[in-house]
Amino acid sequence: MMDKVGIVSYGGYVPHYRIEAGAIGAVWGIDGTARGKSLGIIRKSVPSPDEDVITISVEAARKAMRCCNTDPEDIGAVYVGSESHPYAVKPSATIVAEAIGAAPRMTAADLEFACKAGTAGIQICMGLVASDMIKYGMAIGADTSQGAPGDALEYSASAGGAAFLIGKKNLMAEINTTLSFTTDTPDFWRREGQLYPRHGGRFTGTPAYFKHINSCAQMLFEKMGTKPEDYAHAIFHQPNGKFPLRVGKAMGFSDGQLEHGLLTPVIGNTYSGAVPLALTNVLDHSEPGDRIFVISYGSGAGSDGFDITVTNRIKKLRKKGWKPLSEMVNDYQLLDYATYAKFRGKIRMGGIA
Amino acid sequence: MREVAIIGIGETKFGELWERSLRDLGIEAGFKAMGDAGISGNEIDAIFLGNMSAGQLIDQEHIAPLIADYSGMAEKNIPAIRIEAASASGGLALSQGYMAVASGVHDIVVVGGAEKMTDVGDDAANEIMAKTADQEWEAVFGATLGSLYAMMARRHMNEFGTTKEQLASVAVKNHLNGSMNPHAQFRSPIKLEAVLRAPMVASPLGTFDFAPLSDGAAAVILAPLDIAHKYSDTPIKILSCGQAGDYMALHDRKSITRMDATVVAGKKAFKYAGIQPKDVNLAEVHDCTTISEIMAIEDLGFFKKGQGGKVTEDGSTALNSKISINTSGGLKAKGYPVGASGVSQAIEAVTQLRGEAGQRQVSKAEIALLHNIGGTGSSAIVHLLGRC
Repeated sequence: MMDKVGIVSYGGYVPHYRIEAGAIGAVWGIDGTARGKSLGIIRKSVPSPDEDVITISVEAARKAMRCCNTDPEDIGAVYVGSESHPYAVKPSATIVAEAIGAAPRMTAADLEFACKAGTAGIQICMGLVASDMIKYGMAIGADTSQGAPGDALEYSASAGGAAFLIGKKNLMAEINTTLSFTTDTPDFWRREGQLYPRHGGRFTGTPAYFKHINSCAQMLFEKMGTKPEDYAHAIFHQPNGKFPLRVGKAMGFSDGQLEHGLLTPVIGNTYSGAVPLALTNVLDHSEPGDRIFVISYGSGAGSDGFDITVTNRIKKLRKKGWKPLSEMVNDYQLLDYATYAKFRGKIRMGGIA
Repeated sequence: MREVAIIGIGETKFGELWERSLRDLGIEAGFKAMGDAGISGNEIDAIFLGNMSAGQLIDQEHIAPLIADYSGMAEKNIPAIRIEAASASGGLALSQGYMAVASGVHDIVVVGGAEKMTDVGDDAANEIMAKTADQEWEAVFGATLGSLYAMMARRHMNEFGTTKEQLASVAVKNHLNGSMNPHAQFRSPIKLEAVLRAPMVASPLGTFDFAPLSDGAAAVILAPLDIAHKYSDTPIKILSCGQAGDYMALHDRKSITRMDATVVAGKKAFKYAGIQPKDVNLAEVHDCTTISEIMAIEDLGFFKKGQGGKVTEDGSTALNSKISINTSGGLKAKGYPVGASGVSQAIEAVTQLRGEAGQRQVSKAEIALLHNIGGTGSSAIVHLLGRC
């Protein structure tokens, strides 16, 4: 029987700055607090001017490496999944690989699948590890997502990311299985050269998010022969604070099972970082033996499902340089809209794009 | 002129039907209507199709022959005519079909209405809808249909003391009616407070004061009355039809709390039918906004000018009250696939006059009125239908 593949270590990163929904709405002449309430978002994270997907990925990857004894030279692959890679041509993953000391005897690539490129990276690493092509793989999901000024996305699009070291040995969590549900469903897109994405409004709901998450979840339940009550935690992609609760509760998960996997209300939607960050928070709150149900979603569209069981090694990991994600989530500085606009490059200096 | 009857009806469910195409919807409605009348394609002489803006909404013009083709009638080479009068397209298609049969040019005619509105984003749909007002004098300056109706509402409040609660009571009533209609887009009753609390669109009108963007299609089959019983046990007679127009831009009109096109079209229809507003048991009026229903029930002569809000609030327009207004749920709750709405109103009237409306049946329904307007009221068309 093949050795189980799983998570050796993990790390998450959320920028220090936040902006509240009320401050965004005030600029556009609407009740932003009420809008935020309808989206289930109180505040969202904002990257500082010198932060991008690469710096966020490096922070997350270094945090993961601090919590384990893995030799970085044993990492055979680094994948960074994002829809806001700083370079159109030039990989983010090579910089991350150099920063954690994994280069040069390894492979690296950037991935894009809207909000699920991070979980796609985990699946790719699982395949390479399972087939013994590599010993360890580092999968990262991170974004500094874009929301056009005044668009509904401006209340949610935020920044953050998480890294997972995938391997066969010293697992703090075993990934029992993974599977995906994928269609061509154009609910959200950004073309080459465009600053901000466009979306299909309400089309992003029922035929997109809900259809893919529900279908993938159904497949996962069927494959594993499980029910919601078999899991300690459940995580669903969270473009806002409402969708994951609605989809989770409709499946039969309780508030308690969904609690730790829901970060969007206080950090916004970190896109490729959303499910990975939620998983880091859930792992922070897990005990050995806890089973975790995970479904990501990426517009365009697809969902990746994971069935994960936490092992005893999670206790060892916590003794070694581990800091819970909640420290970053709860330690923040609020910005006004003007500063936020400056930080996010929404103010064009000298009229130059 | 021959007398004309509706011998078959059919429609799709209304809603955000993302998985359906316009041709798909049109075919479903047409086949259902033909099935209801028990006729075959060989008996059909012509198709009249109401549609506002397929060219902009789905990038397809020339849709009347398209629907005929995909309904299997291309081989018969029958004429298929698209009718456009903004949101009155469906009502106008019905009148053109009616006149074609009444005049003796055609015997059996299919009148359809179809619109597919959710293939474009909400902003694009709003821009397309705004083009049904005066582009050079209104839309180009940023006026949307919502803002133009908001001006009418504001003025109505100023002149007659109409309140936001009275506007909201239109939405509450129509959602209650829609909850009893299996084809309605919205099937949940709503509370007055929810309407008042909804996000503002253009003061004083909030989200719940507007009909939604919808996909859907509706079709009816017309035949000369003297052969109608061959197809239907309960043919419904078209008693009359009145159409009128008005200035395109609001600023040219004598009043913006009255739609003269509706007033004149209504008077014509009542005159031709030889009946009075008090004889009408139920009316499907064009409630694209809550203020439009209030103005319509005044302009059609059901209530005195300025009383529309008050009588709605006191329940005089509820199901089986003084007059049952928008028993289908109206555009507000049944849904608003623009070009289909006028034909869909006829389907509700026929269903009621046949006595087949179930939970929402109007008792002793003998005469029904249909009222369909285009844009902000520069086209209006009124039909009166009655049991044979």
